[in-house]
Amino acid sequence: MKTKFRLLAMVLAVLMLVTSCGTALADDGYASTYTYNYDYWSDYRESPDAYRVTNVIYSGDLGLDVAMKKPQSLFVQGNMLYVVDSGNNRILEISRDGNEFELVRIIDEFKIGAAQEPAAAEETAVTDETVATEEAAAVEETAVIEESTAAEEAVQAEELPTVTTFNNPNDVAVDEEGNIYVADTNNQRIVMMDKDLNYIKQFVKPTDSTFDQSLSFLPNKLVIDNSGRVFTLATNVNKGVVKFEANTEFTGYVGANKVVYNLVDYVWKTFFMTEEQRAQQESFVPTEYCNIYMDEDSFIYATNISFDEYDLVWDNAQPIRRLNGVGTDILIKNDRYPPIGELYWQEQAKDYHGPSKFVDITVLHDDIYVGIDRTRGRLYGYDSQGIMLWAFGNMGNSDGCFSNAISIEHMGNDLFVLDQNEGAITVFVPTEYGNLIYAANEAYLKGDYDGSADLWRDVLKMNANYNLAFIGIGRSLMRQENFTEAMDYFKMAMDRDNYGRAFRLWRKIWVEENIGWLVAVLAVIIIIPMVLRSIKKKKMEVEAYERNQVTK
Amino acid sequence: MSAIRLQNKEKAPSARKEKWERYVASLKYAKYVCFHPFDGFWDLAHEKKGSIAAATTFLVLFLITHVLKLMYTNFQFVNAPLQYINVFEQAASLLLPFLILCLGNWSLTTLFDGKGRFSDIYTAMCYALVPFIVIQLPLVFVSNIIAFDEAAFYTVLMSVSVVYSLALAFVGLMQVHDYSPGKTFIFLIFTVLAALIIIFLMLVFFSLLSDAVSFFISIYREIAFRLY
Repeated sequence: MKTKFRLLAMVLAVLMLVTSCGTALADDGYASTYTYNYDYWSDYRESPDAYRVTNVIYSGDLGLDVAMKKPQSLFVQGNMLYVVDSGNNRILEISRDGNEFELVRIIDEFKIGAAQEPAAAEETAVTDETVATEEAAAVEETAVIEESTAAEEAVQAEELPTVTTFNNPNDVAVDEEGNIYVADTNNQRIVMMDKDLNYIKQFVKPTDSTFDQSLSFLPNKLVIDNSGRVFTLATNVNKGVVKFEANTEFTGYVGANKVVYNLVDYVWKTFFMTEEQRAQQESFVPTEYCNIYMDEDSFIYATNISFDEYDLVWDNAQPIRRLNGVGTDILIKNDRYPPIGELYWQEQAKDYHGPSKFVDITVLHDDIYVGIDRTRGRLYGYDSQGIMLWAFGNMGNSDGCFSNAISIEHMGNDLFVLDQNEGAITVFVPTEYGNLIYAANEAYLKGDYDGSADLWRDVLKMNANYNLAFIGIGRSLMRQENFTEAMDYFKMAMDRDNYGRAFRLWRKIWVEENIGWLVAVLAVIIIIPMVLRSIKKKKMEVEAYERNQVTK
Repeated sequence: MSAIRLQNKEKAPSARKEKWERYVASLKYAKYVCFHPFDGFWDLAHEKKGSIAAATTFLVLFLITHVLKLMYTNFQFVNAPLQYINVFEQAASLLLPFLILCLGNWSLTTLFDGKGRFSDIYTAMCYALVPFIVIQLPLVFVSNIIAFDEAAFYTVLMSVSVVYSLALAFVGLMQVHDYSPGKTFIFLIFTVLAALIIIFLMLVFFSLLSDAVSFFISIYREIAFRLY
């Protein structure tokens, strides 16, 4: 009991330290750490910062006349950063050059029929002012519908859209050729345009019977794959990710959430309710995903924030999933704890309420994924095996803290986090420590085990509590047939599997070397008692004989 | 040699030595109990083959086994955060439930014509722990010479030891009280309830006691303040 309290007190103490870092950050930059990791016992271990803030970009920094209003989402293509400024019905295209961020253009409408005109090229140089003035005139122009364009695009919708502006766009995606896809939510469509903003096609509400026709089609999140397929999360659609082929045809759903219900509810519903009551109650429905991300290998990462917090304990909630083509979750979870973000959400109730809610996720190179927790404004990075690399971030007003983190994106290994309330984008750049972790991970995946071990040694110099480093070094030592030392490293990381492997190899060698001794010891253990027993027996016989002699 | 020993025994057996020999004999009797539980437990209670001293020895060994298991089993097979483990707390966490269960069983069976006295129940329960000790103590060593893939071997023996001990405890109670198996089973369930009630009463008692003590302390303080 006492140790439990001590544990709790320790955790709380560390927590207080961690959470107080918000103010420390404001004082002098990076004097104290706000990054941490969990050890094998799921205790907090402070670690060096894996990332630090280089910029926080506000509307003013970009030279925007109208400040960002309820921005929803970020997207990165090449060195371009796209911000969906939903409240102002526009998308900001920002170019990045090192530490310089510059507003390239504001996308708030698209052009119809201009795709064939060569003159369209000069239109690309639209500046902020012209866009703003044209906004009003835009609606009238759309009345003109060119038959020729419609014929060319015969595959898709017969008529061209009449509205060329956006209404509460919620997400954007850009492919490698620069074609822009906008989830134009309140216009109930996804618009695709080329890089000069000429209309190409639109994806509208499926006419298929699997889509409830009484519902509006409200595309909320959107990703595209290499072959131009569009995957979208639509509000009120709980059958999974809505999938469109490149020719705008609706082809079903991917990866529906499993239906969650508990036994008591089920029994009550089936046996104790009348037909009418049952009809009135809403049926058990699967929950909707919160956000999706398309990784390099065209797998969809989906996050889920509507779950019962007790489901997290046995990993029934699966807040992060990696969906394959059939929609099965293929996320690898090789750590002791599944990737659920915070492990101590109950004890932490003082500062933050409830478990981590991943509102967005981004996937770096080598399947390293980073989720952002809305509850704490905290980022959690996991490697391809589901092992936590680091966690940092807090709620607050200082740099590196958020009031309502809503979206995350990455450019290389740099991270962008969008804060909806502040209307600000925080730019995180990995520190030496963060880069070492990535490099060691990459070297290992490439098969350069010894090189990776050297990098892990460097990591250990900065953070002696880093389990992955111990395992990495242990693996390399095992390959060099240095089993005893490898065992030490595995033991430090509590890696039973690898320890067992090294131990078996070591035991084999040890037995081979000491076989003589072993046989000798065994012989002694077996032979000596045998000899003793026979001597005793002889003695008894002699005594019995003597006694007989006496009595006679 | 042995002739001399024989003579000594006949001549003047000191009380102390006889006690010691009886103790050793009752320790050795555990082997018979393990392999012939029905006979063994019957004689344990009714023929005075066992002794409370031997029983207590087994109980202490049981606690020691548990602690050694936590501390010296290879980390591959045990999940013990050594930095937080308190040896005495661990021992107490087994000892107290054990004693409370004995007490609970006695307090029920004594009302429902169980033949066993408290010392009989205690002795039988302690003798039932022997397989646990005999199997798990060597396993602590064995765990250090087997690898994680061979865990099946370890876990099977581990569960054998627990099941064996539970089965012995069951038979032991049956024989001590001269109950039928069904009756023993029912009383085992009620024993758990009784144990919970005992724990509840203890908590109530201690909280009332602390309230009473603090009441008198505050009265004393009040008087002391008034008088000075």
